[in-house]
Amino acid sequence: MSGIVGYGSYIPKYRIKPDEIARVWGEDAENIRNGIFVLSKSVPSPDEDVITISVEAARNAIKRAKIRSGDIGAIYVGSESHPYAVKPTATVVSAALGCDFPLFAADYEFACKAGTAAMQNVKAMVDSGAIKYGLAIGSDTSQGAPGDALEYTASAGGTAFIIGREGSIADINHTLSVTSDTPDFWRREGQPYPSHGERFTGEPAYFRHTLTASRLMMEKMGTKPSDYNYAVFHQPNGKFPTRAAKTLGFTEAQYKDGLLTPYIGNTYSGAMMTGLSAILDVAKPGERILAVSFGSGAGSDAFDLTVTEEILKMDRHAAPTISDMLADVKWIDYAVYAKFKKKIVLGEDVE
Amino acid sequence: MGELSRIWRESEHRYRLMGNRCGNCNQVFFPIRDVCPHCHRESIGKMKPVELSGRGEIVSFTIVHDTPPSFVRQRPYALALIKLDEGPVLTGQIVDAENDSIEMGKRVRSVFRKIGEDGKSGIIQYGYKFVLE
Amino acid sequence: MLSENVFVIGAGETKYGELWEKSLRDLAVEAGLKAIENAGIYSRDVQILYGSNSLAGIINGQENIGSLIADFSGIASGNIPAVRIEASSASGGAAVREAYLAIKSGEYDVAVVGGVEKMTDIFGNEVLDMMSSLLDREWEAFFGATPAALAAISARKYMKDFNVKKEALAMMSVNDHANASLNPNSHFKNKITLDQALNATSVAEPLNLMDCSPVTDGASAIVLASERYLKKNKLNGMRILASAISQDYLALHSRNSIYTLDSTRIAADEAFKRSGLKREDMSFVELHDSYSIYGLMELEDLGFAKKGEADRLVEEDIKLGGRLPVNPSGGLKAKGNPLGATGVGQFVEAFLQLNGKADKRQIKDARYGLLQNMAGTGSTSVVHIVGGD
Repeated sequence: MSGIVGYGSYIPKYRIKPDEIARVWGEDAENIRNGIFVLSKSVPSPDEDVITISVEAARNAIKRAKIRSGDIGAIYVGSESHPYAVKPTATVVSAALGCDFPLFAADYEFACKAGTAAMQNVKAMVDSGAIKYGLAIGSDTSQGAPGDALEYTASAGGTAFIIGREGSIADINHTLSVTSDTPDFWRREGQPYPSHGERFTGEPAYFRHTLTASRLMMEKMGTKPSDYNYAVFHQPNGKFPTRAAKTLGFTEAQYKDGLLTPYIGNTYSGAMMTGLSAILDVAKPGERILAVSFGSGAGSDAFDLTVTEEILKMDRHAAPTISDMLADVKWIDYAVYAKFKKKIVLGEDVE
Repeated sequence: MGELSRIWRESEHRYRLMGNRCGNCNQVFFPIRDVCPHCHRESIGKMKPVELSGRGEIVSFTIVHDTPPSFVRQRPYALALIKLDEGPVLTGQIVDAENDSIEMGKRVRSVFRKIGEDGKSGIIQYGYKFVLE
Repeated sequence: MLSENVFVIGAGETKYGELWEKSLRDLAVEAGLKAIENAGIYSRDVQILYGSNSLAGIINGQENIGSLIADFSGIASGNIPAVRIEASSASGGAAVREAYLAIKSGEYDVAVVGGVEKMTDIFGNEVLDMMSSLLDREWEAFFGATPAALAAISARKYMKDFNVKKEALAMMSVNDHANASLNPNSHFKNKITLDQALNATSVAEPLNLMDCSPVTDGASAIVLASERYLKKNKLNGMRILASAISQDYLALHSRNSIYTLDSTRIAADEAFKRSGLKREDMSFVELHDSYSIYGLMELEDLGFAKKGEADRLVEEDIKLGGRLPVNPSGGLKAKGNPLGATGVGQFVEAFLQLNGKADKRQIKDARYGLLQNMAGTGSTSVVHIVGGD
């Protein structure tokens, strides 16, 4: 059975509160906070991007997996904010890790589920015997248009999973996906900010796909919610995933460990994967996890995992845990945020 | 655009802190040297690659206010001489720290960051910076 | 046959400053022609020209500086050979040394050394990026180092390890300005107080604007001649008693100590050995204080104080009337620092001092001068001792 052999995440240190953003755009901070249930979001430093975040997350995964980078046979990186439109993030990650020249690699795009699509691809390659270990990364430094609702949640972060047959700490019992042409959220080529369908992003998009994929998985595995110790969903805000969980029949005790958006915002392709990373930080052998992502456009990838005894052999503190990254933060105001996110138009010479 | 091949040539060294060691006297160098400055001829052909840990301590530092155009967004930034545990001293920025929390002697570790870019349409250059341990 | 001695028989200089009206070639020609006239010779008597310039290639897009100067000073028509000597900010001292060697070898009798820099044609902090070509571009400048940042890094450790206060660094600049106020060619002619020097805008902590030499245009030129030429034409000259040059690693991070200039120390020891003179014999020192901290470090590495103790000299000794006058010209901070010209400018000052022509800044009974010119953060140092009867 193939599964997760190593995992690692990276969340930039800077944080901004929705209150700060609301102050600038003349909105009611308390209403916003309560409406989306986000207390702060992460902001990338000007010298960070999806490539640097992916490298840091991958290095953390390798520290935990204790494999050689030369053993990685494939790298797939999913994001909607790759630094280059043409030139894959995966190539820089391979150089930064010191992977061998013979290597499968490419970048993925499927809105917030690009990283989990990468996971499925890498798992299939491991299962077919094409590779021994594969690296799947989901990371983003998403941009929210100034003054738009998404500005409160669009944040930065990423997670890397190394998938293989030997030494799996969390077996992937099964994975499935649902896909449809649903225009809930999109960005045309060349446009700086995405557009979205406001309330249309709820029922016809997020909920239809997330709930269907979850139910299909439980049907296929013959399980019910109480069979799982943890449930983690795509988390564009603090409200959607809790509603999905409750609708399916999960309790707060089951979804709380994987729910990070209230503290770090929506890390898009990194969102569900980072929630899963937080769960792996604390999970015990034998525990079962349901993990379901959602990508606008639209689709959901579902995973059913069982934690193995191997997790006790792993030094989970060989790399920073999600708790470590939530504790070590620096607060900034809107002006510094705008400077970092390059929302201020600078002169030609300045980079 | 003119630096494309030079930057590419050096990426392995900048991305992974690849240094080298003199096969004769065992001193470790970063950046790499083709010839050991102590052993000269006796070191030719004996220089072996070494991946450095990125851990070290601050020898000295400054907070730079007067910056070249490409560093304006990061102003003021901390620049330091770092002595890596394996021996070599190199020059790099210290990031994610309050400038007044930086002190000589403090331990640091390397992180992978964007160093610069060749304008809006050019190649992005990545490399090492440091954070306080 | 080898020449016994090499003499400086003439010197000329433009004003140093922001010289908007003058181009690179205007400056070079002005200084060169003044030097030749001052020497009492004709252009046709010059046998070889050494141009000294550091950044014209990247600032002005002009290489082939030797040819440029020769052409526009009118000596190219005489097919007089010209080359440029480049050793970053030590180009001037290095060019003088090349001319000295050429004459000492017996190959030439008369040489002109013309140092020039036109820095103000680039605006704003782009010139900072260009000055970083003095450093290790790939491993220092690329990561955000500037010359000031590296000087600051040395300063911080120096001040901590030796318990030296910022005031000691500031006094170097105060002294430079005091002397420059008496030099009609200086970039800055204002005196500054210790308070002003301590509270100026931060450049790279702990250094501020008053710790850093300015961006200056200027040109300085000297004429050197062999002993036989001097005697044959019954001329007077300032003897070069010693010429020495030494080298260190390029990058500050490669050096043995970040506050010791080995290249200066070794070149100075060599110069004193060759001249047979002692430190106490020096009537004045012109040193390369591109940053105030280097002034202190150089006083030590030249042998005038133990490492970390130069601060004992800055109150009284280094003044014009003191025991060891430093930078009577106004130094790099106040006379200015047009990179390629700076080292040659030190010879111009020495020539004036030793001929009793330094006017309001004349040092009494000036007999021997020590001139030190340095590249970047200390990779090359050139040290000369001049004077005598």
